[in-house]
Amino acid sequence: MTIKELKQRSIQYRKNVLKYILQAKAGHTGGSLSCVDILNVLYNDTMNVSPQNFSSPDRDRYIQSKGHSVEALYVVLADKGFFPEKDLETLCQYKSHYIGHPTRKVNGIEQNTGALGHGLPIAAGTALAAKLDGRAYRVFTLLGDGELPEGSNWEAALTAAHYQLDNLCAIIDKNTLQITGATADVCNTDPLDKKFESFGWAVKEVDGNDPGELKKLFDSLPFEKGKPSLVIAHTVKGKGVSFMENDVKWHHGVPGKEQYEKAIEELDHALTVI
Amino acid sequence: MAEIITANIGYKPNQDVFSETMQRLAENDKDIIAVTSDSRGSGKLVPFGKKFPKQIVEVGIAEQNLVGVAAGLASCGKKVFAVSPACFLTARALEQIKNDVAYSDNPVKVIGISAGVSYGALGSTHHSLHDFAVLRAINNIIIVAPADNYETEKAVELASQTPHPVYMRFGKKPMPLLNEANDDSFAFGKGRVIREGDDVAIIATGETVYPALLAANKLSEQNISTAVVSMHTIKPLDTALVKKLAEKCRAVITVEEHSVCGGLGEACASYLLQQGIMKPFAIIGIPDEYTVTGSQQDIFNHYDISEKGIAARAVSLLKK
Ligand SMILES: Cc1ncc(C[n+]2csc(CCOP(=O)(O)OP(=O)(O)O)c2C)c(N)n1
Ligand SMILES: [Mg+2]
Repeated sequence: MTIKELKQRSIQYRKNVLKYILQAKAGHTGGSLSCVDILNVLYNDTMNVSPQNFSSPDRDRYIQSKGHSVEALYVVLADKGFFPEKDLETLCQYKSHYIGHPTRKVNGIEQNTGALGHGLPIAAGTALAAKLDGRAYRVFTLLGDGELPEGSNWEAALTAAHYQLDNLCAIIDKNTLQITGATADVCNTDPLDKKFESFGWAVKEVDGNDPGELKKLFDSLPFEKGKPSLVIAHTVKGKGVSFMENDVKWHHGVPGKEQYEKAIEELDHALTVI
Repeated sequence: MAEIITANIGYKPNQDVFSETMQRLAENDKDIIAVTSDSRGSGKLVPFGKKFPKQIVEVGIAEQNLVGVAAGLASCGKKVFAVSPACFLTARALEQIKNDVAYSDNPVKVIGISAGVSYGALGSTHHSLHDFAVLRAINNIIIVAPADNYETEKAVELASQTPHPVYMRFGKKPMPLLNEANDDSFAFGKGRVIREGDDVAIIATGETVYPALLAANKLSEQNISTAVVSMHTIKPLDTALVKKLAEKCRAVITVEEHSVCGGLGEACASYLLQQGIMKPFAIIGIPDEYTVTGSQQDIFNHYDISEKGIAARAVSLLKK
């Protein structure tokens, strides 16, 4: 896929995220919009995973630690053909498997997440299994910047470095916001690069809303042989919709019909100027 | 007497009443402290934080740390309310509750918000259907699930004066007042009889007391006389009341927004069996299976935690 095509996809994904959140009257809008470019590049370019090879032990794995941004994941998996997009019309309804966090009842999803601070330890174990079995697959996990105070992340960071898991790539969606407000005000975790480097990781930073930059960076994995890779992705919460950007109220704010239409108008316009 | 009174403070989520009571208490007591983990919004503590910025401690998304920090503060005489969703607090931070709070007897008030299946369609990671069970097996912690706004206010006041650990859980749903709320008899370990009856006794807790009461009203149309109790304290259990009800009535039903394993129902069953009191008995709760998906109401309806479901179980139990 060309960079231009990737960019078009990102916008289409944003439109779909909003469409299904509007229908369900529920969802984590801001965090889904901030991470959608990352998922786009992983699934459409970087990772060796598809509906066809999903049961193969050699597929690349993606584990979403920030499970609440599941709408972004659903939209990308539907586009990849893991399930019909129409299924998303049941989002959050009685007996639907398309609930507010990822579960393995949905084709394409590797792990049930939703409680923060679980993705990295599971990803480390999954990457360790590849080393033990001599398999070449890689493991990706996406964390929110607000979830980093969970101690389990730092415990897993030690394990990953100790076992030299250079087949593991953790991506931090650094949109600088969580629920209460700015991450720096709630519990400051900076400087992340120095912290992870001192834990034995190879660290790179990127504009996490630029598919071209993301592709280039993921192409250069692993950043250092023998070390797990950390991507600090600088993103904007609510990215792509002017009135949602950088505003905490859109963490789990759900648009009304008018707001939705305004957002779609902006995204349609963005499609014309790529 | 069985009337559901909705005037004055009715129809607020218990969580809102918790936050209002916290503000009232903090007004006159600088030692009241709320500790939060990016949870002040869900805990309705944003106004509290604005009004008493020195009496709120934010640890970020780190529930284990939250309970440990709370224990340390409590050991120095602070009246600490550790506030976070019940699902994370009583699973992830269970060891901190067990060791740093209960075992060490640091009088932390562990406040589980959006409890049970309040977070409905967010799925099992966000449900707390295990909290009664795990905490019942830990010595030295009172377990409370208030049914309505009156019980919530009383329970929060009482907890702030209790020099030992207390766990309390609340939901998000607006709750009607269940009874004349002007008596001052509320005490931990004393169930409240909301409605008298002698055919079947429904012992319910938390947000399930309301559907139990609706079921009792429905049953009375079929001439089935039904007692309803709000068993707001799961531990210590009001065994005297459980015994009295079981001896008087022909059948006993328990209802809880919790797994059928290890909660209120099994606590009552275990007590009655050991007393040699054997009556037709049913536990209504969430069965041991992959929980059906949907809203809190969908889940309640699916598992008979509803007017219709509870009434139907009572009728079939009485036929035994
Ligand atoms: C263990 C745990 N604690 C609390 C929560 C509730 N919660 C869900 S999302 C969220 C904020 C997450 O912020 P961040 O990680 O920055 O995510 P993003 O900004 O990407 O949405 C919180 C506190 C949770 N899901 N899991
Ligand atoms: Mg964030």
